[in-house]
Amino acid sequence: MLNYTMRRLLFTIPTLLFISLIIFLLLDLAPNDPTGDLPLTIPPEVREKIRISLGLGEPIWVRYLLWCNQFFINEPLNMLGHMFNTCIGDCENRLRVSSWSTRSPVGDLIAERMPQTLWVVGMSYVIGILIAIPIGVYSAYRQYSWFDQAGTFVSMVGFSVPTFFTGVLMIVIFSVHLGWFPSKYDTLHVVTDWDSFVFQVRQSIMPVSVLALFNASQISRFMRASMLDNLNQDYVRTARAKGMTEQVVVLVHVLRNSLIPVVTVIALGVPQVFGGAIITEQVFSINGLGALLILGIQGADIPLVQTLTFIFAVLIVMFNLIADVLYGILDPRIRYD
Amino acid sequence: MTDAAAEKSTNRSQWADVWDQFKTHRGAVIGMAFFVFICLAVLLGPYLWTLDSNFIDIRSKNQGPSFAHPLGTDQLGRDTFSSVLQGGRVSLAVGVVAMALALFLGALVGVVAGYFRKLDGPLMRLTDLFLALPILPLLLVIIMLFRDTLRGLFGPETGIFILIVFVIGITSWMHTARIVRGDVLALKEQEFVLAARSIGTPSRRMILRHILPNVMSPIMVSATLGIANAIITESALSFLGLGFPSDFPTWGRLLFDSTNFMTLNPERVIWPGLAISLTVLSVNYMGDGLRDALDPRIRGR
Repeated sequence: MLNYTMRRLLFTIPTLLFISLIIFLLLDLAPNDPTGDLPLTIPPEVREKIRISLGLGEPIWVRYLLWCNQFFINEPLNMLGHMFNTCIGDCENRLRVSSWSTRSPVGDLIAERMPQTLWVVGMSYVIGILIAIPIGVYSAYRQYSWFDQAGTFVSMVGFSVPTFFTGVLMIVIFSVHLGWFPSKYDTLHVVTDWDSFVFQVRQSIMPVSVLALFNASQISRFMRASMLDNLNQDYVRTARAKGMTEQVVVLVHVLRNSLIPVVTVIALGVPQVFGGAIITEQVFSINGLGALLILGIQGADIPLVQTLTFIFAVLIVMFNLIADVLYGILDPRIRYD
Repeated sequence: MTDAAAEKSTNRSQWADVWDQFKTHRGAVIGMAFFVFICLAVLLGPYLWTLDSNFIDIRSKNQGPSFAHPLGTDQLGRDTFSSVLQGGRVSLAVGVVAMALALFLGALVGVVAGYFRKLDGPLMRLTDLFLALPILPLLLVIIMLFRDTLRGLFGPETGIFILIVFVIGITSWMHTARIVRGDVLALKEQEFVLAARSIGTPSRRMILRHILPNVMSPIMVSATLGIANAIITESALSFLGLGFPSDFPTWGRLLFDSTNFMTLNPERVIWPGLAISLTVLSVNYMGDGLRDALDPRIRGR
């Protein structure tokens, strides 16, 4: 198992390098001009100087290696130094990936936006899982009952209706008509006392529940299918024949075995949730990573877009690895060696 | 059983069995009926409801539903009903064409990887690589970068249509490729393939005659899921403001435009969103039914 994990871990390095190269080339070879947004009155020679000051004068492979150096070496060193409040090496003059539009390091921008995204996305994922597992278990246990039919229908709807429509619909119903919750998410809000905490909960309810519904509908389908696979196994009959109570059979024996594939599905879903949050953040104007990406795209801020897209790719690769390793650890039948 | 009935039952084709099984799935039948209804509505609707979706009647702006405008009007007095019909044409066209492109790529990669052992490794590594790409951010980036060039080449509407269809198609073929490859690998071990090979069938005819017809079922299930996926992706892109321009409405674009008038005219948000959701729901139900119908283990029962 350790051998397998090490091999997979080593294989992620070329994968990530290749993906970063694709993203870099895509952004670089695209037929558009990073100075295109600047006023037309700027004379061509000044425009050329601006391009050089942005580092566009160098050949493409030099820029790629520089970006790699900044992203893979300088940024982690800075992060470590920041964590322990020390300075590793020449931290004052170390080049960081910096945004073209704000001129500040991309790492700082991302660190600023991270908590909002993590709060909304993380919470919605946890709530989604907590809703999905009991529903999946019960609808598999009572297959074809009215609860199962209703649950299957609701999860089909939750899976099919896009989050940008559920979000907008919720705003229309709960903000415009009923006026219960604010339609915009205030990121500057700080929780200091009970009232501000209540406000924080109120403004989080809609975005969290939109994403939670979407996640729950996907996970509950997997949970139900996995439970159904296990309920007909021989060991379940044996457990019942031994005289175990139904509760122990279902909630201990079957549930634990059915959770194995579901756990990997949950791990695989994390990066998708971050991707999906781009849309939800746009609906509720949450000032998170997705909003930062859209801002960068609209402002043609190439280093920012590059770094963010690559971070999403890192998330996907990491969680794929985690899912595969977890599957091997949880299920001894599927050991890869 | 009479002779005629016995003869009839032996002459039944595989597709008749599939259709019989498909009919027993109530959700799938309703989904298919609804999908056909939506297709007919957006194809024939603009001929029956002749109001132009770009006709501006500023005096009747932001109206609620009325006899003249069944779904109301927008901020410029354009009729929402004809916009939804017109937008549906584009959304469905994007869905179908992007799905076709993704299926073609997926089936090609899957069959080639499964059939030719030498290409299996490289093609599957390529598939893994594409699966590791962050699709939505990358789609946004590609559209932002190539939008103006393609608009200049093919005109504003065709250019963006080609771009969106192309990027959705090229980023959603991987699951089809994996499933098809698995099926081809299993098929290759069967005796009829050996028999065909023993009489000297060349690879090209082998694939077209013997392999492809046998992997049609996973391809068809992927097709339904592909349409749903493409429609949702297109709407999401339009919703983020990086899709079609607003005088060329699609369902996502209409939804995006109407969110600005949510307090003034909240009903307007509902129609395009409902159209997207119901279409995707019906397609997904169809896919569910098709998967059951094409699965011989379930069909026997």
